[in-house]
Amino acid sequence: MSLLQLENLSVTFGNFRAVDNISYKVEEGEVLGIVGESGSGKSVSSLSIMGLIDFPGKVSADQLTFDGQDLQAMPEKQRRKLTGSDIAMIFQDPMTSLNPCFTVGYQIMEALKTHQGGSKKELRTRAIELLTQVGIPAPESRLDNYPHQLSGGMSQRVMIAMSIACDPRLLIADEPTTALDVTIQAQIIDLLIELQRKKQMGLVLITHDLALVAEVAHRVIVMYAGQIVESGPASEVFSTPRHPYTQALLASLPESASGKARLEALPGVVPGQYDRPLGCLLSPRCPYATDHCRQVEPANQGDLDRQVKCHTPLDREGRPAA
Amino acid sequence: MNQSDSQLILKAENLKQHYHVKQGLFKPDAVVKAVDGISFNLEKGKTLAVVGESGCGKSTLGRMLTMIETPTGGSLAHLGEDLLTLSADAQAKLRQKIQIIFQNPYGSLNPRKKIGAILEEPLVINTKLSKEERKEKALSIMAKVGLKTEHYDRYPHMFSGGQRQRIAIARGLMLDPNVIVADEPVSALDVSVQAQVLNLMMDLQEEFGLSYVFISHDLSVVEHIADDVMVMYLGKVVEQGTREQLFENPKHPYTLALLSSTPQLSPDKRRVRIKLQGELPSPLNPPSGCAFHGRCSYANDRCKSETPLLRLDDQAEQEQGHMIACHAVEEKRIEAIKVGAA
Repeated sequence: MSLLQLENLSVTFGNFRAVDNISYKVEEGEVLGIVGESGSGKSVSSLSIMGLIDFPGKVSADQLTFDGQDLQAMPEKQRRKLTGSDIAMIFQDPMTSLNPCFTVGYQIMEALKTHQGGSKKELRTRAIELLTQVGIPAPESRLDNYPHQLSGGMSQRVMIAMSIACDPRLLIADEPTTALDVTIQAQIIDLLIELQRKKQMGLVLITHDLALVAEVAHRVIVMYAGQIVESGPASEVFSTPRHPYTQALLASLPESASGKARLEALPGVVPGQYDRPLGCLLSPRCPYATDHCRQVEPANQGDLDRQVKCHTPLDREGRPAA
Repeated sequence: MNQSDSQLILKAENLKQHYHVKQGLFKPDAVVKAVDGISFNLEKGKTLAVVGESGCGKSTLGRMLTMIETPTGGSLAHLGEDLLTLSADAQAKLRQKIQIIFQNPYGSLNPRKKIGAILEEPLVINTKLSKEERKEKALSIMAKVGLKTEHYDRYPHMFSGGQRQRIAIARGLMLDPNVIVADEPVSALDVSVQAQVLNLMMDLQEEFGLSYVFISHDLSVVEHIADDVMVMYLGKVVEQGTREQLFENPKHPYTLALLSSTPQLSPDKRRVRIKLQGELPSPLNPPSGCAFHGRCSYANDRCKSETPLLRLDDQAEQEQGHMIACHAVEEKRIEAIKVGAA
């Protein structure tokens, strides 16, 4: 049984489908990378798993289970207990996710108290333990610091400490390193992967950095305008992409263009709320689009292990099938 | 000016920007050396990339080059004319030739002005062109950066991030500059749009013979667009050379660490990960000696006490002009780390 399994999950805001019938699963001890440009629905889909979509947003799914328990059917109170302890999340900007009015020690202990309880002294010892785990020097004195006294990398470490406080089995990291410098990014990613291996957590890593996903993820999902266009083992998806969008994304990376040649830019932008095309959502930007693509939405081909949403998936040479 | 340096557009020598910070009533002011002695030559049609983490002084450098801030020391010459000793009038004239594009296209365009007005503002201030001439000029530049005629009467909020950055680039081009300082021009954009904007910048460079000072923290973008690269750490240049020298034969431990920290798509390009401990030290209280010694695995006692100077690495012919500020490299304590050694 998979740790997290979703089938045909959709999130709608009025008439706008921010997430459009996505299905995927996360196994225990697996790192799943979700990549896509801004507006592709990566964050909204993960917020819906956490139950953080408020009115007027609506979440619907054929299946949304965590470790066999139906997240949609269970009472609100029980779900609140699960989120934060068994399913935890790290947000993009550590500077704004921490409350500036309280010390970091208070904020970590607050999470511990809600989910596990214990005396003040126990909580404090546990908080120090957690800060040590995430590599913060002199944790005793750091506990009494306010967020503004910490640097960006340090704040993200505190966020990680908070999220692993209750030994979650699934950790969702939404762009955990986007706001950080590369050397700090490397430190934070190393820390996350080390914790993930040690605790055998499932880790969902949401990012727009394809190279980062290529380095750490076992499996990868590529999202475009709310839909999953391709998924599969990371090495396969990046070496032989089957969807034209994945191919174009990879080609537009500067490191794919050798020398000073032009980059292979995909024309246009991700469609927004009011300019969604008929048929395949990529068709206005896709170099291989046919009239069929502009009329009929393609179905998912393949199973959950290797999936592609295209009428004419690319072959090994990167050309569309006839 | 003699023939040999006629192509030299911008020459900076020992540029400094020191800020005084009040410490309290009875304490003397502290000095933050945001940029501390930077020299470079920028030739016509070339791109100089400035790389470093946040707080290393790369944006301050950009602000000095465009004279938004006056350097506190050193000299800066545009086509042989020293920008810092000229009269205010002459400075204003020269300033038109060095333009800047900012990082965040959402913050750098006035939301209450139409695109036409935004683009024409530099002309209104600096030239005596008539209204029709200004509009004509604006429309021609808009066409060059891939904007349509009907965009002239729209407001910034009607555009996507990539289009806004095109508008910002168009505004930079309005006064026919020689140099464009681009301060993280693509870091707020998605990869597919980033590629469009980078292509545009390279096309414009070819067409107008522009020189770029490209400030970025993204090494894969820099490797693609730069001719020369300068790596900064805490206000100082730690390594400087051509793109080939920097990326194929990096020497300074900080450059090595930066390169190894950048995620790579293809497994055979990945390097041995050099783990850097800690973070950038505070510029208010910089470490003694080499600013990098606290995070460097090659540091010894000399690194802690003596500041290394930027010196030429004079080993081989293809290494000409490659400058490194490191005691360990000088003493040959570091073995070169090759690509793909992982």
